[in-house]
Amino acid sequence: MTNSDCLKVENLTVNYRQVEALRNITFHVAPKRVTGIIGPNGAGKSTMIKAMLGLIPYQFGSILFHSQPLIQQRQYIAYVPQRSQIDWTYPATVWDVVMMGRVKKTGWLKPFSVMSRVIAKNTLEKVGMSDFCHRPIGELSGGQQQRVFLARSLAQEADIFFFDEPFAGVDQKTEAIIFNIFRELANQGKIVVVVNHDLGESINNFDDLILLNKTLIAWGNKEEVLQEENLYNAYSGKVSFFSHNSKFVA
Amino acid sequence: MLNVLIEPLQYGFMQRSLFMAIVVGIICAVVGSYLMVQRLALLGDAISHSVLPGLAIAFILDINIFIGAFIAGLISTVCINIIRNNSKIKEDAAMGIVFSAFFALGITLITVVQKENKIDLNHFLFGNILGVSFSEVRDTLFIASFVLLIVFFFYKELLFYTFDKLGAESVGLPVNLLDTGLMILIGLTIVASLKAVGVILVLSLLITPPSTAYLLVNRLNQVMLVGVFVGVISSISGMYLSYYFNLPSGPAIVLVATTLFILSFLFSPSQGLITGYFRLKFNQ
Ligand SMILES: Nc1ncnc2c1ncn2[C@@H]1O[C@H](COP(=O)(O)OP(=O)(O)OP(=O)(O)O)[C@@H](O)[C@H]1O
Ligand SMILES: [Mg+2]
Repeated sequence: MTNSDCLKVENLTVNYRQVEALRNITFHVAPKRVTGIIGPNGAGKSTMIKAMLGLIPYQFGSILFHSQPLIQQRQYIAYVPQRSQIDWTYPATVWDVVMMGRVKKTGWLKPFSVMSRVIAKNTLEKVGMSDFCHRPIGELSGGQQQRVFLARSLAQEADIFFFDEPFAGVDQKTEAIIFNIFRELANQGKIVVVVNHDLGESINNFDDLILLNKTLIAWGNKEEVLQEENLYNAYSGKVSFFSHNSKFVA
Repeated sequence: MLNVLIEPLQYGFMQRSLFMAIVVGIICAVVGSYLMVQRLALLGDAISHSVLPGLAIAFILDINIFIGAFIAGLISTVCINIIRNNSKIKEDAAMGIVFSAFFALGITLITVVQKENKIDLNHFLFGNILGVSFSEVRDTLFIASFVLLIVFFFYKELLFYTFDKLGAESVGLPVNLLDTGLMILIGLTIVASLKAVGVILVLSLLITPPSTAYLLVNRLNQVMLVGVFVGVISSISGMYLSYYFNLPSGPAIVLVATTLFILSFLFSPSQGLITGYFRLKFNQ
């Protein structure tokens, strides 16, 4: 887990004005694995992703990929923000949103290429949203909206994917579709980081977990992380876990 | 009927003011669409009120009033950002503080200098479109072409940025530049519209036509196009109403725009209050 293909976060500390959000966090994320960031509400999961992407400043630490600062390699990154960050009443269609994934690759002053349109069509097909192409994004269900954003991130043809709570307001069937795509990305050698505060059945779909609550409680493969003691520390005893048939159930 | 339309055009001042009203209707609808989708209507109001001291100072120093207004608008947005970023005062309160202060300063300055300069406070507040000169039409046309070209060439980046700021920043779009660019477009548009409708009513031309369009269509480019249509119709009808019924031009334009909004609000096929009511009845 220490090879140079990993995404390496070292000693990261983030403050919002006087409030300390994250303290001294160190972990690595390996390619070819689906990695979950878990922790209770307000644990700093979104903050962590935003700091890694350079969307908010951090006070201390380093975030490296291939021994270079990650934010200098934005062309390899795709990010899907948390639902609450998006204005769903915005006048945009599904197609408009997916094409946003092609803006950076297209470049300034140029119209979208035929290639970009084909890629956008394919990614929409992949998430099963082709029929909704011309729908306003505000008129979709939560699960459909998440799939559209997933399509947008796929259209970016990135190597590192960040998803902030992609399962909020999503039913089990859609959750399975989304996890299948995550698995596919991992199998292609991508880095896949998924924030998830839900500790239900779905946690079994992750390979590695990073357990946060302002500080790093544990990280590594899910069996190691999902120890009663770690969960007790993260969730202050509000959840108890027991292992059953090698599946974890809350 | 045709005569009714042609008669006012025999006057040079009517040709100029009608042309001015149309150009202003177009750029206000386009730029106002960005204000509306970002929920920044109040910012439009703040900037338009804040340009007043710039107009006054430009008058006193005898420089181009466009430049004075633009600088004042810029300073006011900087002030709003300083207050917001360095205290726990929220953005809307910061805007309220700054724009009312600038507005008060502007009114004071103009009142003090208006006697010896033969200018009229009312023209700043409500516009004086019938008095536009050829050079003012030319300046406005120049600003309008610039604004429209920028929107055309940076449409995809601005769409991404105004829809999802974090997403846009994460792919490496220069969001601060885009934000500043939009502010400049808004400032230019307001300055270009002052002669036509004045600082108080310009907000209506920025917000009402795009809102009318927003109830009818679902994409930003369509909101802009339909908004332009609504804006231009309002400008033309407002000017003719003002000519034949001797009404003040700026308010006449605004009232037509408002009427179109009300029609859209009531009868929009998908969103309308009355159409919705009948759809419900029909489905029962
Ligand atoms: N813009 C901000 N300014 C000040 N404090 C903030 C800001 N954003 C988040 N915080 C604080 O930082 C902490 C971490 O917030 P964050 O949004 O990262 O949590 P999270 O783990 O993503 O929670 P959730 O599960 O609710 O999404 C919280 O205590 C929150 O109040
Ligand atoms: Mg969060």
